[in-house]
Amino acid sequence: MRVNGVVHAAPSDTRRLLSDHLRHDLGLTGTHVGCEHGVCGCCTVLLDGAPVRSCLMLAVQAEGHEVTTIEGLAADGAPLHPVQQAFHECHGLQCGFCTPGFVMSVVGLLAQHPNPTAEQVDEGISGNLCRCTGYASIRRAVVRAAELSKK
Amino acid sequence: MTTRWFGEKVQRVEDDRLLRGHGHFTDDIDESALESVLVRSPFAHARIRSIDVTAARAMPGVVAVYTAADLPFGHTDLPILIPHPNLTHGRTQRCLASEVVRYLGEAVVFVVAETRAIAEDAAELVQVDYEPLPVVITPEAAARADHLVHDDVPGNVAAELIQEAGAVEAALAASPRRKRLHFRFERGAASPMEGRAVWSRWSAAEHKLTVYDSTQSPTSIRGGLAVLFGLPESNVDVIAPDVGGGFGPKIMLFYPDELLVPFAAMKLGRPVKWTEDRQEHFTATNQERGQVHEIEVGFDDEGKLLALDVDFIHDGGAYTPYGIILPIITAAQVPGPYRVPNYRVRFRDMYTNATPTSPYRGAGRPHACFVMERTLDAIAAELGLDRTEVRRRNLIEPDQFPYEVGVVWQDGNQVVYDSGDYPALVERALEMLGPRPEGDHIGMGLSPYVEGTGVGPYEGAHVHVLASGKVVAATGIPNQGQGHATVWAQIVADQLGVDVSDVEVSSGDTRRFQWGVGTFASRAAIMAGNAMAVAAGMVAEKAKHIAAEHLEADPADLELAGGRVRVKGSPERGIPLAAVAVLSNPMRYAFGGGTEAATQFAAKPRPGPPLRAGEQPGLEATGYFSPVGSAWAAGCHAAYVRVDPKTYRLEILKYVVVHDCGRLINPLVVEGQIEGGVAQGIGGAFYERLAYDDEGQLRNASFMEFLMPYATEIPAIEIDHIETPSPLNPLGIKGAGEAGVIPVGAVLAAAIEEALGVPITEMPLSPLKLFELSRQS
Repeated sequence: MRVNGVVHAAPSDTRRLLSDHLRHDLGLTGTHVGCEHGVCGCCTVLLDGAPVRSCLMLAVQAEGHEVTTIEGLAADGAPLHPVQQAFHECHGLQCGFCTPGFVMSVVGLLAQHPNPTAEQVDEGISGNLCRCTGYASIRRAVVRAAELSKK
Repeated sequence: MTTRWFGEKVQRVEDDRLLRGHGHFTDDIDESALESVLVRSPFAHARIRSIDVTAARAMPGVVAVYTAADLPFGHTDLPILIPHPNLTHGRTQRCLASEVVRYLGEAVVFVVAETRAIAEDAAELVQVDYEPLPVVITPEAAARADHLVHDDVPGNVAAELIQEAGAVEAALAASPRRKRLHFRFERGAASPMEGRAVWSRWSAAEHKLTVYDSTQSPTSIRGGLAVLFGLPESNVDVIAPDVGGGFGPKIMLFYPDELLVPFAAMKLGRPVKWTEDRQEHFTATNQERGQVHEIEVGFDDEGKLLALDVDFIHDGGAYTPYGIILPIITAAQVPGPYRVPNYRVRFRDMYTNATPTSPYRGAGRPHACFVMERTLDAIAAELGLDRTEVRRRNLIEPDQFPYEVGVVWQDGNQVVYDSGDYPALVERALEMLGPRPEGDHIGMGLSPYVEGTGVGPYEGAHVHVLASGKVVAATGIPNQGQGHATVWAQIVADQLGVDVSDVEVSSGDTRRFQWGVGTFASRAAIMAGNAMAVAAGMVAEKAKHIAAEHLEADPADLELAGGRVRVKGSPERGIPLAAVAVLSNPMRYAFGGGTEAATQFAAKPRPGPPLRAGEQPGLEATGYFSPVGSAWAAGCHAAYVRVDPKTYRLEILKYVVVHDCGRLINPLVVEGQIEGGVAQGIGGAFYERLAYDDEGQLRNASFMEFLMPYATEIPAIEIDHIETPSPLNPLGIKGAGEAGVIPVGAVLAAAIEEALGVPITEMPLSPLKLFELSRQS
């Protein structure tokens, strides 16, 4: 599988979850695990560009696919990705634990709807739980990210 | 002091690494650590007949399996964090249970293995023979005392406390009108997105224990571990790295894992980690809010309160590790922003076979607010008066501060409100709420509230200007997402005349600052914020004295601005702060950013030794802040809701918050706290319910069935601020962490009651609950 553009061998342990493989085998600890039953969305990554729960997938299932994690959005030292930048500007994160999952969901949302309506914004982030922000600042961040993405 | 950064919407300095996936949470730490799992009780109450770990120990890849018998502290009761004379029957659990388990999820066996998967598999091989015992799951059942949670605690009563301000019996007897009311609040769960986690390493060579812990109080954990393991505190480092939300229950001293993981690391000579999974978080991490209240209120025909008599039982869970702080807070906060001339409150803290309780954001206050506001709504209904008008007639007036309530606060002192303008909060909220929307089944709710914030005893800070001119500031109090690094950088930057980006803040790391208490009770901004101001102020004074000699000026004529110490009125006469930092260390050689600038001054002859009596090297200082009492924040929430009469779906049409936390350090951060708090309040009031059955089994221990709100359930929230500075701290600030959550239940109850026309006397609600209530009425 390719992870953030780099080819990696699949894990030998076939019961390894994709989330655990990313975190513990590849050291990509930006992908977080909040519930391990596919509800909270903290572990969201892109699989061939579409958001998926990495805790509901086995790592071996990602073989032959392109996985993008939060670390893959902006290179170290490079400016933040527009979605990341928008979360910063709009105070769209507090503790930062759910944030990578939200950011990946929003990247997926904006790929599908570059100019999302308010309803599409809510729909697009309604697979991710946040306990800190109350979502208001995240909604603002999605709108801002759509603006920044066009620049 | 210049105030360039204080009060500004400064964007957070901690965001960048979190957004890039470079956060540093406890479970992110690996270093080939062994992994561990706790075998937990599947019963709410049972006697342990036997524990057999033979098969688990024999499994390949298992490194150690511990029962209570294997621990040197296995028969030591864990500490009571906050003892109280009225806690006559305090009981705490042991690290691992070996005789009786008293709640679902109580830890029994600790398994350490090469991998998490092996540890989980081995845990399933542990055989514990339980004899189930009768279960006491509700506070009412505890009060009936048909069964006991602890054999030696009669009536299941851990503590009882009665307080009276005025003469309630006489005032009730003399009241033109009296009313009896009953209000019930169920347990709730904080549910931070990151569960709890502990990672530990023992270095035999250095004789040093290092612990990473997703805790709200690393300094207290360090103190406890040092005592337990017989180490000097300097040989124990406890670090709360990035913590994925706290909201209260990440402070207890101790959860069993906080002892077991360091113990195993020392014993096995390898790093050990433990990461809680979501299911165990539901029963193993503390909860709060279960309380049942009996009220009698006396009032006159104008709706003025004459006497209030409150008697409540608190569901304390199976043990009292946190003392009786929660019911003490409720008892203190029931009167809220109102004048209650005669107030009596009695509580009993009851043992139940449920997870122990400790503060969850709001901590005793949401229920207190609910009781008072529902009481006022009942008075308004009986008199046919406007609900807001009844509130106006009872609010404490702005000229009545400081206002003494007549009961004790959680710090043991009397409750004294320091400042506020409660009528202004209510009027502004009404103005923002605007006219009632058109349509049927619409209701309005409004609730002012107060919040005691910034309880002592103290916090401290260390501020150090480096030779580069950059500033590092450290405090013991940890961060769980509140933006501490930003607001404290703002405070330090103002004192030192530097840019916020030049200040790096460390928090919750005993290697950087070893004294402190913890993050709870909306105290971080007040306590550590003022400590930062004190320490940075000391550094500024020191900088002026050093620079004065070299600038041949009086220190009083100097100011710190633009990264320089300069003469007021002649800004060109100055010296970079970096150079002052170099000069502050009278050594022969210097290296670093400020060196060159310092050299031209360093040649100046100075009589006496380079370091005179009383002087210390380094442009640094340690300062502390300790308040005389709590600062009382306040606010008012109001909302319009619509309830679908067929599906009982709740639609929040408008929600407004007027908030007064004294001087705002950073409105962006405060508003984030409020928005998050309101969302947590909405979740707790209408969606989230811990569904315990009669056997004490939690039937919905997953996010599939415990319905935390998504964005689709949380409306936009309109926020405004008024600022009445606290006279109790130099910065004039009050805490803001819990304000968002406190009145939400009261507001939604009032609004839903009006929308549906059914009395609301309990929390949480749900569509099903509203259906049942509608059918009954």
